[in-house]
Amino acid sequence: MVTTTHYLVLGAILFAIGMAGIVVRRNMIVMFMCIELMLNAVNLTFIAFSRGFAHLDGQITVFFVMTVAAAEAAVGLAMIVLFYRHKDTVNIDQANIMKW
Amino acid sequence: MLENFSLLLVFPLLGAAINGILGRRLPARLISFVGCGSVFLSFSVAAISFLQLLQLPSEKRVVVQEVFTWLESGDFIARASFLFDPLSAVMILTVTGVSFLIHVYSVEYMKGDPGYYRYFSYLNLFVFMMSVLVLADNFLLMFIGWEGVGLCSYLLIGYYFETRIAGDAAKKAFIVNRIGDFGFLLAVFLIFTTFGTVDFLRVSELAARNFPSAEAGFGVLGIISLLLFLGATGKSAQIPLYVWLPDAMAGPTPVSALIHAATMVTAGVYMIARSSAVYSRSPDAMLVVASVGVATALVAALIAISQRDIKKVLAYSTVSQLGYMFLAVGVGAFSAGVFHLFTHAFFKALLFLGSGSVILALHHEQDMFRMGGLRKYMPFTWGTMGVATLAIAGIPPFAGFFSKDEILWKSLTGSGGYPILWIIGVFVAGLTAFYMARMMFLTFHGQERFSRKSSDETGHDSGHHEPHEPTLFIKVPLGLLALLSAAAGLLGLPAWLGDNYFEEFLHPSFVHVMSSGGHHASHALEIGLTVLIVALVIISIRIAWYFYLNNPSAKEKLAQVLSPANNVLYNKFYVDEIYNMLIIQPIHWISSRVLWRFTDDAIIDGAVNGTARMMKSFSGQARRIQDGYLRRYVTWIITGVVLVFLYILFVS
Repeated sequence: MVTTTHYLVLGAILFAIGMAGIVVRRNMIVMFMCIELMLNAVNLTFIAFSRGFAHLDGQITVFFVMTVAAAEAAVGLAMIVLFYRHKDTVNIDQANIMKW
Repeated sequence: MLENFSLLLVFPLLGAAINGILGRRLPARLISFVGCGSVFLSFSVAAISFLQLLQLPSEKRVVVQEVFTWLESGDFIARASFLFDPLSAVMILTVTGVSFLIHVYSVEYMKGDPGYYRYFSYLNLFVFMMSVLVLADNFLLMFIGWEGVGLCSYLLIGYYFETRIAGDAAKKAFIVNRIGDFGFLLAVFLIFTTFGTVDFLRVSELAARNFPSAEAGFGVLGIISLLLFLGATGKSAQIPLYVWLPDAMAGPTPVSALIHAATMVTAGVYMIARSSAVYSRSPDAMLVVASVGVATALVAALIAISQRDIKKVLAYSTVSQLGYMFLAVGVGAFSAGVFHLFTHAFFKALLFLGSGSVILALHHEQDMFRMGGLRKYMPFTWGTMGVATLAIAGIPPFAGFFSKDEILWKSLTGSGGYPILWIIGVFVAGLTAFYMARMMFLTFHGQERFSRKSSDETGHDSGHHEPHEPTLFIKVPLGLLALLSAAAGLLGLPAWLGDNYFEEFLHPSFVHVMSSGGHHASHALEIGLTVLIVALVIISIRIAWYFYLNNPSAKEKLAQVLSPANNVLYNKFYVDEIYNMLIIQPIHWISSRVLWRFTDDAIIDGAVNGTARMMKSFSGQARRIQDGYLRRYVTWIITGVVLVFLYILFVS
């Protein structure tokens, strides 16, 4: 029997993977995918709760998150392409001039 | 028109706005038209309202028009409402009338000046502010006008701000006036706490009701009176604050005529007349006013004797005549003071405008010892200034004779009169005649001492060097003012000669004055003293004639004998130097050594800079966190989120 808790644990694991990926990886595209992973982990959690409480609010929120994620993907990928043209790399550590 | 008399405030304000905002792009003709026209409209409204006021029975001649409630806070209400009664009617007619003539005069005098529009804008603003001062029905609104005319005075004294002397004079006038305004403001506070209102009419009524007998010593009324008088000494150039007025002559001459002779400087007298109900209940404060007035009259007249600059003579003469007005209100003769204010506005404006005409003809020469013999070239100016001189000297039947005679008579017989006040007053009348005759003789008679080359700076067109009469724009105001200087005195005849219409008309404004009788004296004595004074005046003029026309060598000898005295007078009793040493230098020292070096630099800057230095060293460490690597930022964020979670889970 797969319960709500299982889904929640899966969501937490996916979220943690995404978070770890952001911290340890330097490739922007991979980091970007990690962000998507975290978003979807949250979506999964929402759905699980929605189902568990028999309440539709969570599912509606997920639609919002998906819309925003789509928009974010468009903008973010465009930025990465621009960055690559500018620096010939997608290494995030090359984007380090924003400091004191 | 009478019920909407405050309409007259709108025109000059509008004129000031039009000329001030658009003036730079308008042709000079239009600027003059707006400037003069707006004041003329004001004058027309004032005149029509005045005529309608005359048709009311005398006890009903008080019209209050409330425009809006200005401030309301608890018990305190100050309305923007205006009062038209005999006193303010006389003042507003004088102010707008003389202003209009001087605006017309300025069209010619300021022709071609690069700041033409600015000049007219300031002048119109002045008329507006002065009208607010005069028509205000409470002390607070009057204070707005009071400060407003001070501002305009500052702007116009400093009109030629490219020259250092004008800028300094403007600042001096402004700062000296602030000292007086401080007293005025304190008086307004005290009036509110004493009477619970700042309306003139209510304050007068309450003063009459709550203080049935005169106050001995300095009670609350005495202190209110003295504080108000401090304000008056600033605005009306009395001892100890008169020092700004002579310097104010750095402004254009029509400004000297309008603001620093005819209207603004009389505001102090007007204000005391407005508060007559309070003043008349404090005889000791009245005595202070009278003494300061007569002392100022004497000191200023003595200084005027030895000045070389024609405008300086007139400036000190103004201070001296203002002293007379304060003498009058100080001895309880409020209507006599206002009467002298009224006549003085005409003949002193005329004297200044006449001197402006001379200055213009001589290409901005102001030293009387470089004039002389101008009568031949400028007969009209000579004639009109002659009328004004006779008026100020007090030759019957010119205006100054009646007003000054009334003041001197009241200083002897009024409720606060003393023989010593009368004696000094009469002596000053002699001095007045002397220095005015000296000015006339030096300027218009005797040898021609002016240089005909002075116009040749640009080096073209010779043969146009004779001084010549000005155009109609200058002649018409001179002529009208001469007419008024000659005839205005007939409104206030002395008792032995006829009715004093002026005093009768003003009476409703002074109903709450506490009259304590005064000394009764016979008409015969009054006539005798008048003859005595006139004789003294004529002798003074004769002496001036002897020294300055008939026998100048005698003057040289006398000047040598009296050279120490002459030096003291020429240097204005060294008052500016004394003030500098006693007041300005100590303030300067305290400011620079204590307030600047110690309080400001060490304490305030120390605290501020110390805090900043602490922050800087702290942030110097903290900034290392921000190293530009996105992955570390993320780590920080995650650490923060985890910490918050731990806090929520385990602590709260």
